[in-house]
Amino acid sequence: MEKELTKLFEIFIASSLINNFVFTRFLGLCIFFGVTKKVETAVGMSITFTAVMMISAAMSWVVFNFVMVPLDLTFLKIVVFIGVIAAFVQSSDTIMRKVSPGLYYKLGVYLALISTNCIILAVPLINAGEHYTFLEGITLGLGSGLGFALALVIMASIREKLEIADVPVPFRGLPIAFVTTGLIALAFTGFAGIITS
Amino acid sequence: MEATNPQKLDYWKITLSGVFKENAIFRLAISLCPAIAVTTGLRTGVLMGVAVVFVNVMSNVTVSVIRAFIHPRIRMPIFMLIISGWVTVADLSMAAFAREAYKQMGLYIQLIVAFASIFTRAEIFASKNKVVPSFFDGIGMGVGFMFSLVTISFFRELLGKGTLWGFSIIGAKPLLIMLLPTGGFLATGVLMAFFNWIDIRFYGGKGAGGAGGH
Repeated sequence: MEKELTKLFEIFIASSLINNFVFTRFLGLCIFFGVTKKVETAVGMSITFTAVMMISAAMSWVVFNFVMVPLDLTFLKIVVFIGVIAAFVQSSDTIMRKVSPGLYYKLGVYLALISTNCIILAVPLINAGEHYTFLEGITLGLGSGLGFALALVIMASIREKLEIADVPVPFRGLPIAFVTTGLIALAFTGFAGIITS
Repeated sequence: MEATNPQKLDYWKITLSGVFKENAIFRLAISLCPAIAVTTGLRTGVLMGVAVVFVNVMSNVTVSVIRAFIHPRIRMPIFMLIISGWVTVADLSMAAFAREAYKQMGLYIQLIVAFASIFTRAEIFASKNKVVPSFFDGIGMGVGFMFSLVTISFFRELLGKGTLWGFSIIGAKPLLIMLLPTGGFLATGVLMAFFNWIDIRFYGGKGAGGAGGH
């Protein structure tokens, strides 16, 4: 039991800090550069993403282990995971709009961006590749989601300040955002030594 | 680029527009993830580029062939199915024929399926045009993407390892940082700024390429 908890904790730390999706694995960069212009949007986005990542990790784990492995269909995992995630996102979009319009106007707008995003799809793919158990899979989803949230909020705070900085003309917009991300990524390499197994 | 009159389209123009004017990474700033992830060496950069060209061309052609049978309301899931089918083909072939490289970049090959640059081409070009222009459009977009990957990985491998395609060029490792994730972001940022500068200096553009989508 204790050993399992340690493993879960390791996965959580590894996925949120050491292998941070944005700074070390380079996933979700498009979203990362697209929505980090304001802190408020970044927070809304992070909440939605973390929730979707955990739920889609759970759903695709069930499909993968109870349907695809017994039927020997694992080579179809890309097609199936995309389908599962898109179906889930679409249906939650519809349900949210009916059940709680207030929440929908706050977070629902981000749902449309999510359905086929590489950062969401990566979680089930990593789970399948590493043969994680159900709990480990969800932990990976949670850790990656929180890591992504951390990255979004840090970046959004910096970019709000960058707005008023005097940046050379060719560097304005995305290039300076890339350079900034590079420097944050350098700081994140410092986490690499936390877990030595 | 909206093509309303396919007969008059110049294939060469379609291809070139994908390489320079609508270059996915430096100009449109979409599908960025692999640009940084697989560009630590020229070899992986080129392999990734080949996979993207393949998927882009094949899905463009498939969409174009069956475009008359797709009901507009369900076109998105159909495009998604077609693209993920071709990505599976690329993924399995890569796993069979390039084992070493696959260990390093397998996840990113699978994630080609989420590329906006491929999906948008199916949506705005292939679903409205005949097979041959769609084929060249796929080639153009794919080659443009490959061009960006090769440029970034050229600088990263040369400066980080002092080698090109595994052959020693400099004989030392001048800037080890280029191999770290940091180097990928820095190289992409600086190259993007360089392309912006060219655009401003020679074509009178306003700079500030792509707004960033996904």
